[in-house]
Amino acid sequence: MQIQNSFRKGLLDGIPIGIGYLSVSFAFGIMAVTCGLSPLEALLISMTNLTSAGQLAGAPIIAAGGSLVELAMTQLIINLRYSLMSVALSQKLDYKAKWPHRFLIAFGNTDEIFAVSTSNDGHITQRYFYGLMLIPWIGWSSGTIIGALAGAALPDVITSSLGVAIYAMLIAVVVPKAKTHLPTALCVLVSITLACLFRYLPALSSFSEKYGGFVIIICAVVASLIFAVLCPVKEEKEGEV
Amino acid sequence: MSIRPEFALYLLVMAGVTYLVRMIPLVLFKEKIKNRFVLSFLYYVPYAVLSAMVFPAIFYASGNVIAAAVGFIVAVVTAFFGKGLTTVAACSCVSVLVTELIIKYLI
Repeated sequence: MQIQNSFRKGLLDGIPIGIGYLSVSFAFGIMAVTCGLSPLEALLISMTNLTSAGQLAGAPIIAAGGSLVELAMTQLIINLRYSLMSVALSQKLDYKAKWPHRFLIAFGNTDEIFAVSTSNDGHITQRYFYGLMLIPWIGWSSGTIIGALAGAALPDVITSSLGVAIYAMLIAVVVPKAKTHLPTALCVLVSITLACLFRYLPALSSFSEKYGGFVIIICAVVASLIFAVLCPVKEEKEGEV
Repeated sequence: MSIRPEFALYLLVMAGVTYLVRMIPLVLFKEKIKNRFVLSFLYYVPYAVLSAMVFPAIFYASGNVIAAAVGFIVAVVTAFFGKGLTTVAACSCVSVLVTELIIKYLI
């Protein structure tokens, strides 16, 4: 069985991810400051979380002084996908990797790092994974602080257009899968329909203003349950997550 | 630069939950999950979560709803044609910028 054990190869594989993260976290830094966090707070969030979608949902909750339960539930549901990736990664990782390494590796298991690590043939070692996660982590953290500090110096029209960057990146994750797997596309439609109902139905919109995080959870869980019952995925699809 | 006192607690909860979600399966799961319903649910969750986060929130992510809508369409189209994350994000931002400038100066 082939084993990828090169720290240097990991570093090289991580460069494109790091560049992508730099630009997207720049937008997160601007967004975090705009919604009321300090630049240092935004940096600390990025350094300790390393997750685009979770931070995008979490920063406004923190800035608004939301409840800790809401924050925890939001992070749990939005980041639930990492559990699946970690399950897959646990099979991909060299069996000799000990617990201390697994504790560290878990921190760097993002959508993009996971995708690149699984693109290797055979197993990977902790050495390779540490190389792979280093540059994306630096890119994500430095982009955040640059965005948070420079955001105020940029013209409004620039910062306002950067506001869509993280959303666009998330779209780039969803669309390719929805394109090739019809049930996924339908599940997406159900989920955004529910999100729109919460936002625009007068009876629901006041709840949605107060508990934005819960709304995302409710929409996602309902849509996923419906499609897990109606269109359970086949064996090979499961491995792709 | 400042950190609000209550921020430390938020940070602990946020980073803690995010980390545990990643760490527990990696440390505990060496066996494959077999239950097809659980697997299917877990398969759909990321896409359902991401789409509920993006839509309709993206329309309020820039200074102008029409410009944001243009950015949304550009992102979906570029992603549909298989562009990477960075390219999709860059194209979307530029299209929003151009639209905002047009609305501001030409209309």
